[in-house]
Amino acid sequence: MSATGAPRPLPDLAGDGARYWQALAQGRIELPRCTACARFVFYPRPFCPACHADRLVWEEVPGAGRVYAFSVVHRATHPWFLDKTPYVYGLVELDVGVRLPTTIVGCEPSRVRIGMGVDPVFEDVGDGVTLLFFRPAAG
Amino acid sequence: MPRAAVIGYCELAPSKRPEGRTPLGLIADASRRALADAGLQPADVDGIVVCPAMMQYSMLWPSVVAEHLGLAPTYLEFVDLGGATSCAMVARAASAIESGRATNVLCANGDTWDPKGMYLTPPPMVAPLRDYTLPYGAAGANADYAMAARLHMERYGTTPEQLAKIAADQRTSALENPLALFHDQPLTVEDVLASPIVCDPLHKLEIVLPCSGAEAVVLTSEERAADAPHRAVFVRGYGEALEPSPFQRDDFLVTPTVESARRAFAMAGLRPRDVTLAQIYDCYTSAVLIELEDAGFCAKGEGGAFVDSHDLTFRGDFPLNTGGGMLSFGQPGLGGGMTLVVEAVRQLMGRAEVRQVPRNDVAFVHGNGGTFTEECSLVLVGAS
Repeated sequence: MSATGAPRPLPDLAGDGARYWQALAQGRIELPRCTACARFVFYPRPFCPACHADRLVWEEVPGAGRVYAFSVVHRATHPWFLDKTPYVYGLVELDVGVRLPTTIVGCEPSRVRIGMGVDPVFEDVGDGVTLLFFRPAAG
Repeated sequence: MPRAAVIGYCELAPSKRPEGRTPLGLIADASRRALADAGLQPADVDGIVVCPAMMQYSMLWPSVVAEHLGLAPTYLEFVDLGGATSCAMVARAASAIESGRATNVLCANGDTWDPKGMYLTPPPMVAPLRDYTLPYGAAGANADYAMAARLHMERYGTTPEQLAKIAADQRTSALENPLALFHDQPLTVEDVLASPIVCDPLHKLEIVLPCSGAEAVVLTSEERAADAPHRAVFVRGYGEALEPSPFQRDDFLVTPTVESARRAFAMAGLRPRDVTLAQIYDCYTSAVLIELEDAGFCAKGEGGAFVDSHDLTFRGDFPLNTGGGMLSFGQPGLGGGMTLVVEAVRQLMGRAEVRQVPRNDVAFVHGNGGTFTEECSLVLVGAS
Protein backbone atom coordinates (compact mmCIF):
# COMPACT_ATOMS: atom_id res chain seq x y z
CA MET A 1 0.00 0.00 0.00
CA SER A 2 1.09 3.55 -0.56
CA ALA A 3 0.28 6.61 1.48
CA THR A 4 -2.78 7.05 -0.69
CA GLY A 5 -4.07 3.60 0.24
CA ALA A 6 -4.15 2.47 -3.35
CA PRO A 7 -2.81 -0.99 -4.19
CA ARG A 8 0.31 -1.24 -6.31
CA PRO A 9 -0.58 -1.97 -9.95
CA LEU A 10 0.61 -5.49 -10.72
CA PRO A 11 0.52 -7.61 -13.86
CA ASP A 12 -1.71 -10.58 -14.55
CA LEU A 13 0.62 -13.52 -13.86
CA ALA A 14 -1.71 -16.07 -15.42
CA GLY A 15 -2.15 -14.52 -18.86
CA ASP A 16 -0.13 -14.81 -22.07
CA GLY A 17 2.86 -13.42 -20.22
CA ALA A 18 2.92 -16.10 -17.51
CA ARG A 19 6.28 -17.49 -18.59
CA TYR A 20 7.75 -13.98 -18.88
CA TRP A 21 6.89 -13.23 -15.26
CA GLN A 22 8.03 -16.66 -14.08
CA ALA A 23 11.42 -16.13 -15.73
CA LEU A 24 11.81 -12.69 -14.13
CA ALA A 25 11.16 -14.32 -10.74
CA GLN A 26 14.13 -16.56 -11.47
CA GLY A 27 16.36 -13.69 -12.53
CA ARG A 28 16.16 -14.24 -16.28
CA ILE A 29 14.61 -12.33 -19.16
CA GLU A 30 12.82 -14.64 -21.55
CA LEU A 31 10.90 -13.47 -24.60
CA PRO A 32 8.86 -15.39 -27.12
CA ARG A 33 10.54 -15.56 -30.51
CA CYS A 34 8.86 -16.39 -33.79
CA THR A 35 10.29 -19.49 -35.45
CA ALA A 36 9.01 -18.30 -38.83
CA CYS A 37 10.38 -14.76 -39.01
CA ALA A 38 12.82 -14.80 -36.07
CA ARG A 39 11.37 -11.64 -34.50
CA PHE A 40 11.08 -11.29 -30.77
CA VAL A 41 7.52 -10.67 -29.62
CA PHE A 42 6.78 -8.04 -27.00
CA TYR A 43 4.46 -7.90 -25.22
CA PRO A 44 4.16 -11.71 -25.11
CA ARG A 45 1.20 -13.28 -26.87
CA PRO A 46 0.67 -16.74 -28.37
CA PHE A 47 1.38 -15.70 -31.96
CA CYS A 48 3.67 -13.35 -33.87
CA PRO A 49 2.03 -9.98 -34.63
CA ALA A 50 4.38 -9.48 -37.57
CA CYS A 51 3.68 -12.69 -39.54
CA HIS A 52 0.85 -14.34 -37.53
CA ALA A 53 2.75 -17.60 -37.17
CA ASP A 54 1.90 -19.36 -33.93
CA ARG A 55 5.07 -21.38 -33.43
CA LEU A 56 6.99 -19.35 -30.90
CA VAL A 57 9.85 -20.44 -28.70
CA TRP A 58 10.81 -18.78 -25.45
CA GLU A 59 14.39 -17.61 -25.53
CA GLU A 60 16.53 -16.14 -22.80
CA VAL A 61 17.96 -12.78 -23.83
CA PRO A 62 20.79 -10.78 -22.27
CA GLY A 63 19.64 -8.00 -19.96
CA ALA A 64 22.13 -5.37 -21.09
CA GLY A 65 20.62 -2.44 -22.90
CA ARG A 66 20.46 1.30 -23.36
CA VAL A 67 18.03 4.02 -22.38
CA TYR A 68 16.08 4.78 -25.56
CA ALA A 69 13.76 7.43 -24.10
CA PHE A 70 12.71 8.52 -20.63
CA SER A 71 10.82 11.05 -18.57
CA VAL A 72 11.31 12.05 -14.97
CA VAL A 73 7.80 11.78 -13.57
CA HIS A 74 7.04 14.54 -11.05
CA ARG A 75 3.31 14.02 -10.92
CA ALA A 76 2.13 10.43 -11.22
CA THR A 77 -1.18 9.35 -12.66
CA HIS A 78 -1.81 6.09 -10.84
CA PRO A 79 -2.56 6.67 -7.14
CA TRP A 80 0.07 4.18 -5.91
CA PHE A 81 2.83 6.24 -7.48
CA LEU A 82 1.69 9.61 -6.16
CA ASP A 83 4.16 9.53 -3.26
CA LYS A 84 6.95 7.84 -5.25
CA THR A 85 7.91 10.88 -7.32
CA PRO A 86 10.25 11.85 -8.77
CA TYR A 87 11.02 8.62 -10.55
CA VAL A 88 12.27 7.76 -14.01
CA TYR A 89 9.90 6.01 -16.40
CA GLY A 90 11.40 5.06 -19.70
CA LEU A 91 12.03 2.67 -22.52
CA VAL A 92 15.15 0.51 -22.40
CA GLU A 93 16.27 -1.01 -25.66
CA LEU A 94 17.80 -4.41 -25.05
CA ASP A 95 20.76 -5.40 -27.20
CA VAL A 96 18.42 -7.77 -29.07
CA GLY A 97 16.40 -4.75 -30.20
CA VAL A 98 13.27 -5.04 -28.08
CA ARG A 99 12.23 -1.92 -26.12
CA LEU A 100 10.85 -2.52 -22.63
CA PRO A 101 8.84 0.00 -20.62
CA THR A 102 10.55 0.20 -17.24
CA THR A 103 11.70 2.25 -14.30
CA ILE A 104 15.33 3.38 -14.10
CA VAL A 105 16.57 2.91 -10.54
CA GLY A 106 19.85 3.16 -8.68
CA CYS A 107 20.79 6.72 -9.57
CA GLU A 108 19.57 10.27 -9.23
CA PRO A 109 16.90 10.97 -11.86
CA SER A 110 18.96 13.94 -13.06
CA ARG A 111 21.80 11.57 -14.04
CA VAL A 112 19.77 9.56 -16.53
CA ARG A 113 20.69 10.17 -20.17
CA ILE A 114 19.38 8.89 -23.48
CA GLY A 115 21.80 6.24 -24.75
CA MET A 116 23.10 5.44 -21.27
CA GLY A 117 24.07 1.79 -20.79
CA VAL A 118 21.94 -0.06 -18.24
CA ASP A 119 21.84 -3.43 -16.52
CA PRO A 120 18.75 -5.30 -15.30
CA VAL A 121 17.53 -5.30 -11.71
CA PHE A 122 15.14 -8.11 -10.81
CA GLU A 123 13.06 -6.92 -7.91
CA ASP A 124 10.64 -9.08 -5.96
CA VAL A 125 7.81 -6.70 -5.12
CA GLY A 126 5.65 -9.26 -3.33
CA ASP A 127 2.52 -11.16 -4.27
CA GLY A 128 4.74 -13.45 -6.36
CA VAL A 129 5.65 -10.65 -8.75
CA THR A 130 9.16 -9.78 -9.85
CA LEU A 131 9.47 -6.58 -11.86
CA LEU A 132 12.31 -5.77 -14.23
CA PHE A 133 13.96 -2.44 -13.46
CA PHE A 134 17.23 -1.16 -14.88
CA ARG A 135 20.17 0.68 -13.31
CA PRO A 136 23.18 2.42 -14.84
CA ALA A 137 25.69 -0.12 -16.13
CA ALA A 138 28.71 -0.70 -13.92
CA GLY A 139 31.95 0.98 -14.92
CA MET B 1 -13.36 13.99 -55.99
CA PRO B 2 -15.03 13.31 -52.62
CA ARG B 3 -18.44 14.95 -52.45
CA ALA B 4 -19.60 15.56 -48.91
CA ALA B 5 -19.71 18.82 -47.03
CA VAL B 6 -20.08 20.07 -43.48
CA ILE B 7 -23.01 22.49 -43.42
CA GLY B 8 -23.64 23.11 -39.72
CA TYR B 9 -22.13 22.80 -36.30
CA CYS B 10 -22.62 23.50 -32.63
CA GLU B 11 -20.12 23.73 -29.84
CA LEU B 12 -21.23 24.00 -26.23
CA ALA B 13 -19.21 25.95 -23.71
CA PRO B 14 -17.11 23.41 -21.80
CA SER B 15 -16.99 23.21 -18.01
CA LYS B 16 -14.40 21.78 -15.65
CA ARG B 17 -16.90 19.54 -13.84
CA PRO B 18 -20.16 17.81 -14.90
CA GLU B 19 -22.38 20.42 -13.20
CA GLY B 20 -25.27 18.01 -13.17
CA ARG B 21 -25.08 17.21 -16.86
CA THR B 22 -24.78 13.79 -18.49
CA PRO B 23 -22.95 12.85 -21.69
CA LEU B 24 -26.26 11.99 -23.34
CA GLY B 25 -27.80 15.30 -22.32
CA LEU B 26 -24.82 17.26 -23.65
CA ILE B 27 -24.82 15.32 -26.93
CA ALA B 28 -28.52 16.02 -27.36
CA ASP B 29 -28.09 19.76 -26.82
CA ALA B 30 -25.21 20.04 -29.25
CA SER B 31 -26.94 17.85 -31.84
CA ARG B 32 -30.24 19.74 -31.84
CA ARG B 33 -28.45 23.04 -32.27
CA ALA B 34 -26.13 21.71 -34.98
CA LEU B 35 -29.09 20.43 -37.00
CA ALA B 36 -30.83 23.79 -36.63
CA ASP B 37 -27.62 25.50 -37.73
CA ALA B 38 -27.59 23.29 -40.82
CA GLY B 39 -31.24 24.07 -41.55
CA LEU B 40 -32.30 20.44 -41.12
CA GLN B 41 -35.22 18.80 -39.33
CA PRO B 42 -34.88 15.58 -37.31
CA ALA B 43 -36.65 13.69 -40.09
CA ASP B 44 -33.93 14.76 -42.54
CA VAL B 45 -31.22 12.90 -40.64
CA ASP B 46 -30.46 9.48 -42.09
CA GLY B 47 -27.01 8.96 -40.66
CA ILE B 48 -25.49 9.24 -37.20
CA VAL B 49 -21.89 8.88 -36.03
CA VAL B 50 -21.02 8.84 -32.33
CA CYS B 51 -18.08 7.89 -30.13
CA PRO B 52 -17.62 6.38 -26.67
CA ALA B 53 -18.35 8.47 -23.61
CA MET B 54 -15.79 7.85 -20.87
CA MET B 55 -18.10 8.84 -18.04
CA GLN B 56 -21.24 7.01 -19.13
CA TYR B 57 -21.71 3.42 -20.20
CA SER B 58 -21.87 3.69 -23.96
CA MET B 59 -22.59 0.23 -25.27
CA LEU B 60 -25.29 0.45 -28.00
CA TRP B 61 -24.52 4.16 -28.10
CA PRO B 62 -25.54 4.91 -31.72
CA SER B 63 -29.05 3.62 -31.15
CA VAL B 64 -29.31 5.14 -27.66
CA VAL B 65 -28.37 8.56 -29.02
CA ALA B 66 -30.66 8.17 -32.06
CA GLU B 67 -33.56 7.12 -29.85
CA HIS B 68 -33.00 10.03 -27.49
CA LEU B 69 -32.98 12.49 -30.38
CA GLY B 70 -35.93 10.90 -32.18
CA LEU B 71 -33.84 10.04 -35.24
CA ALA B 72 -34.42 7.07 -37.54
CA PRO B 73 -31.13 6.78 -39.44
CA THR B 74 -30.27 4.15 -42.04
CA TYR B 75 -26.57 4.52 -41.32
CA LEU B 76 -25.24 4.22 -37.74
CA GLU B 77 -21.59 4.31 -36.84
CA PHE B 78 -19.53 4.17 -33.66
CA VAL B 79 -15.94 5.42 -33.89
CA ASP B 80 -13.44 4.54 -31.19
CA LEU B 81 -9.97 5.74 -32.17
CA GLY B 82 -8.77 7.65 -29.13
CA GLY B 83 -7.67 11.15 -30.06
CA ALA B 84 -8.18 10.39 -33.74
CA THR B 85 -11.88 9.78 -33.10
CA SER B 86 -13.29 13.18 -34.03
CA CYS B 87 -11.55 13.41 -37.40
CA ALA B 88 -12.39 9.79 -38.14
CA MET B 89 -16.08 10.46 -37.38
CA VAL B 90 -16.10 13.13 -40.08
CA ALA B 91 -14.22 10.83 -42.45
CA ARG B 92 -16.72 8.00 -41.93
CA ALA B 93 -19.66 10.38 -42.40
CA ALA B 94 -18.18 11.69 -45.65
CA SER B 95 -17.53 8.17 -46.86
CA ALA B 96 -21.11 7.12 -46.08
CA ILE B 97 -22.46 10.07 -48.05
CA GLU B 98 -20.15 9.42 -51.00
CA SER B 99 -21.20 5.79 -51.17
CA GLY B 100 -24.89 6.67 -51.05
CA ARG B 101 -25.59 5.08 -47.71
CA ALA B 102 -26.77 8.36 -46.22
CA THR B 103 -27.46 11.95 -47.21
CA ASN B 104 -27.57 13.94 -43.98
CA VAL B 105 -25.23 12.70 -41.28
CA LEU B 106 -24.93 13.94 -37.71
CA CYS B 107 -21.56 13.51 -35.96
CA ALA B 108 -21.82 14.12 -32.22
CA ASN B 109 -19.30 14.02 -29.39
CA GLY B 110 -20.12 14.73 -25.77
CA ASP B 111 -18.84 13.74 -22.37
CA THR B 112 -18.58 14.88 -18.80
CA TRP B 113 -15.43 14.81 -16.71
CA ASP B 114 -14.91 13.81 -13.13
CA PRO B 115 -11.31 12.87 -12.29
CA LYS B 116 -12.49 10.53 -9.53
CA GLY B 117 -14.34 8.48 -12.10
CA MET B 118 -11.18 7.11 -13.69
CA TYR B 119 -9.99 4.99 -10.77
CA LEU B 120 -12.95 4.54 -8.45
CA THR B 121 -14.51 2.24 -11.01
CA PRO B 122 -11.78 0.53 -13.00
CA PRO B 123 -12.76 0.62 -16.67
CA PRO B 124 -13.21 -2.85 -18.16
CA MET B 125 -10.51 -2.02 -20.65
CA VAL B 126 -8.63 -4.72 -22.54
CA ALA B 127 -5.09 -3.57 -23.27
CA PRO B 128 -2.48 -6.25 -22.54
CA LEU B 129 0.40 -3.79 -22.85
CA ARG B 130 -0.77 -2.14 -19.63
CA ASP B 131 0.49 -5.17 -17.70
CA TYR B 132 3.97 -4.16 -18.84
CA THR B 133 3.69 -0.40 -18.31
CA LEU B 134 1.51 0.36 -15.26
CA PRO B 135 3.71 -1.55 -12.75
CA TYR B 136 6.64 0.61 -13.84
CA GLY B 137 4.89 3.91 -13.19
CA ALA B 138 3.54 4.72 -16.63
CA ALA B 139 1.78 8.01 -16.08
CA GLY B 140 -1.01 7.76 -18.59
CA ALA B 141 -0.10 9.48 -21.82
CA ASN B 142 1.85 12.16 -19.92
CA ALA B 143 5.07 10.18 -19.65
CA ASP B 144 4.88 8.88 -23.23
CA TYR B 145 4.57 12.35 -24.74
CA ALA B 146 7.23 13.58 -22.33
CA MET B 147 9.58 10.86 -23.58
CA ALA B 148 8.90 12.00 -27.13
CA ALA B 149 9.65 15.59 -26.15
CA ARG B 150 12.90 14.61 -24.42
CA LEU B 151 14.01 12.52 -27.38
CA HIS B 152 13.22 15.38 -29.77
CA MET B 153 15.20 17.84 -27.67
CA GLU B 154 18.17 15.50 -27.39
CA ARG B 155 18.28 14.60 -31.05
CA TYR B 156 17.29 17.86 -32.74
CA GLY B 157 18.10 20.56 -30.22
CA THR B 158 14.46 21.51 -29.71
CA THR B 159 14.07 23.81 -26.70
CA PRO B 160 11.52 24.03 -23.89
CA GLU B 161 10.81 27.59 -25.08
CA GLN B 162 9.84 26.35 -28.54
CA LEU B 163 7.38 23.85 -27.10
CA ALA B 164 6.00 26.45 -24.71
CA LYS B 165 5.44 28.90 -27.58
CA ILE B 166 2.86 26.50 -29.03
CA ALA B 167 0.79 26.76 -25.83
CA ALA B 168 1.32 30.52 -25.54
CA ASP B 169 0.37 31.31 -29.16
CA GLN B 170 -2.74 29.14 -28.87
CA ARG B 171 -3.70 30.99 -25.71
CA THR B 172 -3.40 34.30 -27.53
CA SER B 173 -6.06 33.03 -29.94
CA ALA B 174 -8.15 31.62 -27.09
CA LEU B 175 -8.42 35.08 -25.53
CA GLU B 176 -10.74 35.86 -28.45
CA ASN B 177 -12.78 32.67 -28.05
CA PRO B 178 -15.36 33.17 -25.30
CA LEU B 179 -16.14 29.43 -25.29
CA ALA B 180 -12.59 28.44 -24.31
CA LEU B 181 -12.11 27.39 -20.68
CA PHE B 182 -9.08 29.68 -20.40
CA HIS B 183 -10.37 32.57 -22.51
CA ASP B 184 -9.70 35.07 -19.72
CA GLN B 185 -6.18 34.03 -18.72
CA PRO B 186 -3.32 35.39 -20.86
CA LEU B 187 -0.30 33.14 -21.04
CA THR B 188 3.32 33.77 -21.98
CA VAL B 189 6.16 31.40 -22.75
CA GLU B 190 7.60 32.32 -19.36
CA ASP B 191 4.30 31.44 -17.66
CA VAL B 192 4.29 28.01 -19.30
CA LEU B 193 7.87 27.33 -18.23
CA ALA B 194 7.12 28.54 -14.70
CA SER B 195 4.28 26.05 -14.29
CA PRO B 196 5.15 22.83 -12.43
CA ILE B 197 6.87 20.05 -14.32
CA VAL B 198 4.50 17.08 -14.53
CA CYS B 199 6.61 14.69 -16.57
CA ASP B 200 9.96 16.16 -17.48
CA PRO B 201 10.28 18.05 -19.81
CA LEU B 202 6.54 18.75 -20.04
CA HIS B 203 5.03 21.41 -17.80
CA LYS B 204 1.49 21.50 -16.48
CA LEU B 205 0.47 24.13 -19.02
CA GLU B 206 1.66 21.96 -21.92
CA ILE B 207 -0.83 19.23 -21.04
CA VAL B 208 -4.48 19.17 -22.00
CA LEU B 209 -7.20 19.45 -19.37
CA PRO B 210 -10.10 16.98 -19.69
CA CYS B 211 -13.47 18.67 -19.21
CA SER B 212 -17.19 18.37 -19.81
CA GLY B 213 -18.59 19.52 -23.11
CA ALA B 214 -20.00 18.58 -26.48
CA GLU B 215 -19.80 19.36 -30.16
CA ALA B 216 -21.74 18.24 -33.19
CA VAL B 217 -21.26 18.74 -36.91
CA VAL B 218 -23.68 17.96 -39.73
CA LEU B 219 -22.61 16.71 -43.16
CA THR B 220 -24.60 16.43 -46.33
CA SER B 221 -24.21 15.63 -50.00
CA GLU B 222 -22.82 18.09 -52.52
CA GLU B 223 -26.31 18.58 -54.01
CA ARG B 224 -27.85 19.47 -50.67
CA ALA B 225 -24.86 21.58 -49.69
CA ALA B 226 -25.68 24.09 -52.42
CA ASP B 227 -28.81 25.11 -50.46
CA ALA B 228 -27.11 25.23 -47.06
CA PRO B 229 -27.51 28.35 -44.94
CA HIS B 230 -23.75 28.83 -44.60
CA ARG B 231 -20.73 28.41 -46.85
CA ALA B 232 -20.35 24.67 -47.38
CA VAL B 233 -17.10 23.10 -46.18
CA PHE B 234 -16.14 20.17 -48.37
CA VAL B 235 -14.36 17.15 -46.97
CA ARG B 236 -11.90 16.77 -49.84
CA GLY B 237 -9.48 14.39 -48.25
CA TYR B 238 -9.20 12.02 -45.36
CA GLY B 239 -6.78 9.36 -44.26
CA GLU B 240 -6.36 7.05 -41.30
CA ALA B 241 -3.34 5.10 -40.11
CA LEU B 242 -2.44 2.99 -37.13
CA GLU B 243 0.86 1.89 -35.63
CA PRO B 244 0.25 -1.31 -33.69
CA SER B 245 3.41 -1.09 -31.63
CA PRO B 246 4.53 2.48 -31.00
CA PHE B 247 7.30 1.59 -28.56
CA GLN B 248 8.90 -0.85 -30.99
CA ARG B 249 8.69 1.07 -34.26
CA ASP B 250 12.01 1.97 -35.90
CA ASP B 251 11.86 5.56 -34.74
CA PHE B 252 9.60 6.60 -31.88
CA LEU B 253 9.46 10.12 -33.38
CA VAL B 254 8.21 9.09 -36.83
CA THR B 255 4.49 8.47 -36.49
CA PRO B 256 1.61 7.16 -38.61
CA THR B 257 0.67 10.81 -39.17
CA VAL B 258 3.03 10.53 -42.15
CA GLU B 259 0.63 8.02 -43.73
CA SER B 260 -2.69 9.53 -42.64
CA ALA B 261 -1.69 12.99 -43.89
CA ARG B 262 -0.23 11.64 -47.12
CA ARG B 263 -3.51 9.88 -47.83
CA ALA B 264 -5.63 12.91 -46.99
CA PHE B 265 -3.58 15.28 -49.14
CA ALA B 266 -3.45 12.81 -52.04
CA MET B 267 -7.22 12.37 -51.99
CA ALA B 268 -7.69 16.14 -52.00
CA GLY B 269 -5.08 16.73 -54.69
CA LEU B 270 -3.47 19.30 -52.41
CA ARG B 271 -0.19 19.71 -50.54
CA PRO B 272 0.75 21.08 -47.13
CA ARG B 273 1.81 24.37 -48.74
CA ASP B 274 -1.78 24.87 -49.95
CA VAL B 275 -3.09 24.88 -46.37
CA THR B 276 -4.15 28.27 -45.04
CA LEU B 277 -5.06 27.20 -41.52
CA ALA B 278 -4.31 24.13 -39.44
CA GLN B 279 -6.01 22.47 -36.49
CA ILE B 280 -3.62 19.89 -35.11
CA TYR B 281 -4.29 17.61 -32.17
CA ASP B 282 -2.74 19.18 -29.11
CA CYS B 283 -3.06 16.78 -26.21
CA TYR B 284 0.51 17.96 -25.50
CA THR B 285 2.77 20.59 -27.02
CA SER B 286 5.12 17.81 -28.08
CA ALA B 287 2.30 16.16 -30.01
CA VAL B 288 1.73 19.31 -32.07
CA LEU B 289 5.43 19.61 -32.87
CA ILE B 290 5.75 16.03 -34.10
CA GLU B 291 2.46 16.08 -36.02
CA LEU B 292 3.51 19.29 -37.82
CA GLU B 293 6.64 17.50 -39.00
CA ASP B 294 4.98 14.24 -39.97
CA ALA B 295 2.09 15.95 -41.77
CA GLY B 296 4.69 17.60 -43.99
CA PHE B 297 4.61 21.23 -42.85
CA CYS B 298 8.34 21.02 -42.13
CA ALA B 299 11.05 18.38 -42.19
CA LYS B 300 11.64 15.92 -39.35
CA GLY B 301 13.58 17.67 -36.62
CA GLU B 302 12.69 21.18 -37.80
CA GLY B 303 9.50 21.53 -35.77
CA GLY B 304 11.17 23.72 -33.19
CA ALA B 305 12.53 26.13 -35.78
CA PHE B 306 9.14 26.11 -37.55
CA VAL B 307 7.36 27.12 -34.37
CA ASP B 308 9.96 29.83 -33.72
CA SER B 309 9.72 31.32 -37.18
CA HIS B 310 5.92 31.51 -37.43
CA ASP B 311 3.26 33.47 -35.60
CA LEU B 312 0.81 30.65 -34.84
CA THR B 313 -2.03 32.89 -33.65
CA PHE B 314 -5.12 33.69 -35.72
CA ARG B 315 -3.36 36.92 -36.74
CA GLY B 316 -0.24 35.07 -37.80
CA ASP B 317 1.31 33.67 -40.95
CA PHE B 318 0.56 30.06 -39.92
CA PRO B 319 -2.77 30.10 -38.05
CA LEU B 320 -2.77 27.01 -35.84
CA ASN B 321 -5.46 25.86 -33.42
CA THR B 322 -7.10 29.24 -33.71
CA GLY B 323 -9.85 28.52 -31.18
CA GLY B 324 -7.15 27.98 -28.58
CA GLY B 325 -6.78 24.29 -29.30
CA MET B 326 -7.64 21.77 -26.64
CA LEU B 327 -4.82 23.18 -24.51
CA SER B 328 -6.82 26.37 -24.00
CA PHE B 329 -10.35 25.22 -24.83
CA GLY B 330 -10.36 22.00 -22.82
CA GLN B 331 -10.75 18.40 -23.97
CA PRO B 332 -14.35 17.21 -23.70
CA GLY B 333 -14.05 13.46 -23.78
CA LEU B 334 -12.54 10.97 -26.16
CA GLY B 335 -13.89 12.94 -29.09
CA GLY B 336 -12.53 16.18 -27.64
CA GLY B 337 -10.63 16.82 -30.85
CA MET B 338 -14.00 17.78 -32.31
CA THR B 339 -13.30 21.31 -31.08
CA LEU B 340 -10.53 21.38 -33.70
CA VAL B 341 -12.92 20.19 -36.42
CA VAL B 342 -15.52 22.76 -35.39
CA GLU B 343 -12.97 25.58 -35.37
CA ALA B 344 -11.78 24.64 -38.86
CA VAL B 345 -15.36 24.63 -40.12
CA ARG B 346 -16.12 27.90 -38.35
CA GLN B 347 -13.10 29.55 -39.95
CA LEU B 348 -13.86 28.17 -43.42
CA MET B 349 -17.47 29.32 -43.13
CA GLY B 350 -16.22 32.78 -42.18
CA ARG B 351 -17.98 32.69 -38.80
CA ALA B 352 -14.99 33.04 -36.47
CA GLU B 353 -15.76 36.71 -35.72
CA VAL B 354 -12.86 38.50 -34.02
CA ARG B 355 -10.42 35.70 -34.72
CA GLN B 356 -11.44 35.12 -38.34
CA VAL B 357 -8.39 34.38 -40.46
CA PRO B 358 -8.38 36.21 -43.80
CA ARG B 359 -7.20 33.24 -45.91
CA ASN B 360 -9.87 30.67 -45.13
CA ASP B 361 -9.96 28.27 -48.05
CA VAL B 362 -8.03 25.13 -47.10
CA ALA B 363 -7.82 23.66 -43.60
CA PHE B 364 -5.82 20.68 -42.40
CA VAL B 365 -7.29 18.99 -39.33
CA HIS B 366 -5.57 16.18 -37.50
CA GLY B 367 -6.49 13.80 -34.70
CA ASN B 368 -3.97 11.68 -32.81
CA GLY B 369 -4.67 8.90 -30.34
CA GLY B 370 -2.66 6.68 -28.03
CA THR B 371 1.07 7.33 -28.15
CA PHE B 372 1.05 8.45 -31.77
CA THR B 373 -0.84 5.22 -32.35
CA GLU B 374 -4.09 6.06 -34.15
CA GLU B 375 -4.02 8.96 -36.58
CA CYS B 376 -6.65 10.58 -38.78
CA SER B 377 -6.14 13.57 -41.06
CA LEU B 378 -8.72 15.70 -42.88
CA VAL B 379 -8.36 18.24 -45.66
CA LEU B 380 -11.33 20.62 -45.63
CA VAL B 381 -11.99 23.12 -48.42
CA GLY B 382 -14.48 25.98 -48.38
CA ALA B 383 -16.95 26.16 -51.29
CA SER B 384 -15.76 28.55 -54.01
